[in-house]
Amino acid sequence: MKLRPATILPLALFAVMGGVLVIGLNHDPHVMPSTLLGAPLPAFDLPALDEAQPKIKSASMKGGFTLLNVWGSWCVSCRYEHPLLMSLSKDKRFKLVGIDWRDTKAHADDYLLTNGNPYAAIGTDQGGRTVIDLGVSGAPETFVVDNAGTVRLRVPGPLTPEIWAKDVEPLLKDQGPAS
Amino acid sequence: MIAEIGHFALLLALITSLIQSTLPLVGAQRQDRSLMGVASFAAMTSFVLVAIAFAALATSFMMDDFSVRLVADNSQTAKPLIYKFTGVWANHEGSMLLWVFILVIFAGLIAAFGTNIPQALKARVLAVQGMIASAFLAFVIFTSNPFIRLSPAPAEGSGMNPLLQDPGLAIHPPCLYMGYVGFSVAFSFAVAALIEGKVDAAWARWVRPWVLLAWSFLTLGITLGSFWAYYILGWGGWWFWDPVENVSLMPWLLGTALLHSALVVERRHALVGWTILLSILTFSLSLIGTFVVRSGVLSSVHSFATDPARGLFILVIIFGATGGALLLYALRIPAVRKGVPFAIVSREAGLMLNNVFLVVCAATVFFGTFWPLFIDMIGRDKISVGVPYYNLTFVPLFAPIFIIMVAGPFLKWKRDDLKPALAQLFWPAWIAVAVGLVVAVATFGNHVFTALGIALSTWIILGSVWVLIKRARIFSVSFDQSLSLLAATPRAYYGLVMGHMGLGLVLLSITCISTWQQENILSMKPGSRTTIGPYEITLQSIAQVPGPNYVAEQGSFGIGTGGAIFRVMTAERRFYPLQRQTTNQTAIRTNLISNTYIALGDPDGQGGWTVRLYYHPMAPWLWLGGCLMALAGFVSLTDRRLRVGVAQKKLVPAKAAVAGAAS
Amino acid sequence: MSRIIFAIMLMLFSVGVAHAVLPSEMLTNPVQEARARAISSNLRCLVCQNQTIDDSSADLARDLRLIVRERIVAGDSDAQVMEYVVARYGNYVLLKPPFQMDTALLWLLPFAALILALAVTYATLRGRVVTDDADEPNDILKGD
Repeated sequence: MKLRPATILPLALFAVMGGVLVIGLNHDPHVMPSTLLGAPLPAFDLPALDEAQPKIKSASMKGGFTLLNVWGSWCVSCRYEHPLLMSLSKDKRFKLVGIDWRDTKAHADDYLLTNGNPYAAIGTDQGGRTVIDLGVSGAPETFVVDNAGTVRLRVPGPLTPEIWAKDVEPLLKDQGPAS
Repeated sequence: MIAEIGHFALLLALITSLIQSTLPLVGAQRQDRSLMGVASFAAMTSFVLVAIAFAALATSFMMDDFSVRLVADNSQTAKPLIYKFTGVWANHEGSMLLWVFILVIFAGLIAAFGTNIPQALKARVLAVQGMIASAFLAFVIFTSNPFIRLSPAPAEGSGMNPLLQDPGLAIHPPCLYMGYVGFSVAFSFAVAALIEGKVDAAWARWVRPWVLLAWSFLTLGITLGSFWAYYILGWGGWWFWDPVENVSLMPWLLGTALLHSALVVERRHALVGWTILLSILTFSLSLIGTFVVRSGVLSSVHSFATDPARGLFILVIIFGATGGALLLYALRIPAVRKGVPFAIVSREAGLMLNNVFLVVCAATVFFGTFWPLFIDMIGRDKISVGVPYYNLTFVPLFAPIFIIMVAGPFLKWKRDDLKPALAQLFWPAWIAVAVGLVVAVATFGNHVFTALGIALSTWIILGSVWVLIKRARIFSVSFDQSLSLLAATPRAYYGLVMGHMGLGLVLLSITCISTWQQENILSMKPGSRTTIGPYEITLQSIAQVPGPNYVAEQGSFGIGTGGAIFRVMTAERRFYPLQRQTTNQTAIRTNLISNTYIALGDPDGQGGWTVRLYYHPMAPWLWLGGCLMALAGFVSLTDRRLRVGVAQKKLVPAKAAVAGAAS
Repeated sequence: MSRIIFAIMLMLFSVGVAHAVLPSEMLTNPVQEARARAISSNLRCLVCQNQTIDDSSADLARDLRLIVRERIVAGDSDAQVMEYVVARYGNYVLLKPPFQMDTALLWLLPFAALILALAVTYATLRGRVVTDDADEPNDILKGD
């Protein structure tokens, strides 16, 4: 049985493709890379959910870690991560700031009353511009911003204890003992 | 109880399939007739067992047996009965069971009706079918068992995606699977031939009907899927280059090549290597399609719930089946493929060129579908490939086929002269050019591609009919003589003409829709009027209409011209409370030349509703053309020569004829 | 008669279609609106998989449609508008993969494959020797 290159070609190509598919199995097509990683937080200046409070500015997110969490009262997955956020609100290593996306004040207040308010401050983005500047495609989404105002991590989807332990904690340890 | 019977039947079927995979191969090796005979018996037993399993699942759905987890997850009592039945395959587990069911149906058909096939070949073919069946039965039983019970059983099910509750769903997947799975027969025949070490005209004669059958169903399935998307999604699109659509197009392209290639093996004992390779690749792409939809590797609007474990299982099956077959191909084909030579201008050469273009087009779709995965994997970037890519690659690469396919039938086998052969097509060619010029001028040169598309479709449609005109010697003999010549024409040639014409109509439709479709999106209140295309549309009323498991907002639109209304079109938006989902039932009115399409949108909060109106010229011919192609395949199947396997008047030299007769 | 006139008018002035764009979003300047449509046809709706932002009724798609139009009105060129969106979402948002290092192969492979296949086919057939049997009549045209 002689082997000619032309007849081996289909098998060889198939082997390559097979390899691609095997590796592809372990990858999630829904995770999208962030263009912001390692870049400064895009500038924004949002009104606070509670008009009496000062505005939420990106410029003020320096000098300490910030966890920026995009949420909405209409968002089902947000409820899933809310208990974790409530427990994180006591963590002194960072400030938990929320951005309420495309929501009415009434609905947002209702949501926070029912489920608790973990946020140190909440900005409201009715037009969705800031959220798009952040490259967000769905809620919830969380960004870890460091002392210098640089985006270190983006977590699309709900925060879970596993993601927290594996991806966020190591970043927080960077900044040294709690201030 | 019924579910347990079904489950047990599946386990038994796995056993019979394993027997079917092994004993007959041994028997064929040893020429042991009784071992070879096991193949048919095992195939028919597997069929009966899987039929029982399928019936058990269908019964569970139709009787609202919510103790079966699959039924609880995918059905609800309020669903109409027909959708309870079609819901059997509207989920991963049920659709895999349907897949396996069709696989054993085909094996059973070969066992029952393949009386002409030499026993050794038949035994090997059924053995390979049995291997595939065993693999997928194992997959179903161990990773996708439809009969898992739920305890305690809920009183009500969670329903089903309302998008799937539609007559289009009743036919689209089964048709598609008849296609995908049908190509397994060609695969089995190819592998059996490689094992046997022999491919001859007789082999091609037995394979061709199965390829025709699978191809016809796949064509129908894709056409129906496109039409379904058109009327259910609410914006008049009919093809999106979505990965799951692509994985149905690739087997279709290769299957078309296979269909034509097998013809050459049968008539001329040439293109043997091509035909075997295409047989292997077409089914392999069906398998890859199955993998892609269920493994989560690629995201798409179509995907079933994804599960990497299942994906891995299917991948292993693919490695075994495709890898094994390609290895066998590499080792055995050099000895097997000796064919009869043909000149560079000949019908064989034309069909070989046809193969080349179709394979390159399939490869293009493949690249576009899998490149993002590849790039993402090597960590470079996350890109996506959409319509613009395919417009710039697939379209120009497919275009030459439109020209070749008309000329092919006018070439002689073995050797021909290009000029006299093409001269027969003088009139279709120049009429097509003239039509193209007329369109170009009438549109002031703004739509060059449109003119080209219309010219090409004229070429195809006229050129296809020209075959019959030449055959019946119209204009050369009397009308009666022409009629009798036509009556004596074998159905396969009518199949050729219809099939090619169908494609021409599809091209015409696509060209016209892409160039001249119109849209009108606006807010309308009851009583307001607007125009789309040549028609005036008046929104007469909006009513709330309850349905069995939904509540609908129904808009009545009067369509007419010159102030008079000749028809009322009804468009609905349905809200399904259980799933909290909304679907569109668009209103489509056709006069066969064009479609007028109305979709009802959201209320605008000021007493009006957003209404989307479209005018699609020549749209009906997109799907009518597709159906014509499928019909062509079925018509060809009724050709007596094909089914009975009657020996063709030998066009090959005597040596090959002896080889063919001796098998 | 009006139908014929209409058909002729249709042929002369055809418009592109986009399927979820609301009347309130469309720009009044038709040239700018046409630019917006052209740009949008290459932008993927990120929450719907495989639709353009013009085809999708999702909120995010609408916001992006509005941003595209805002940037056009603000004077950005087509390339700058695209860059604005890509800067935020990466190349993934483009439906037509850019021609860059890692996609060059994607664009070139189909044509390279065709050229290679045609070359091999030609080389194979050119050397063929066909034995001089009598020519067979054309079975399709002349009857079996």
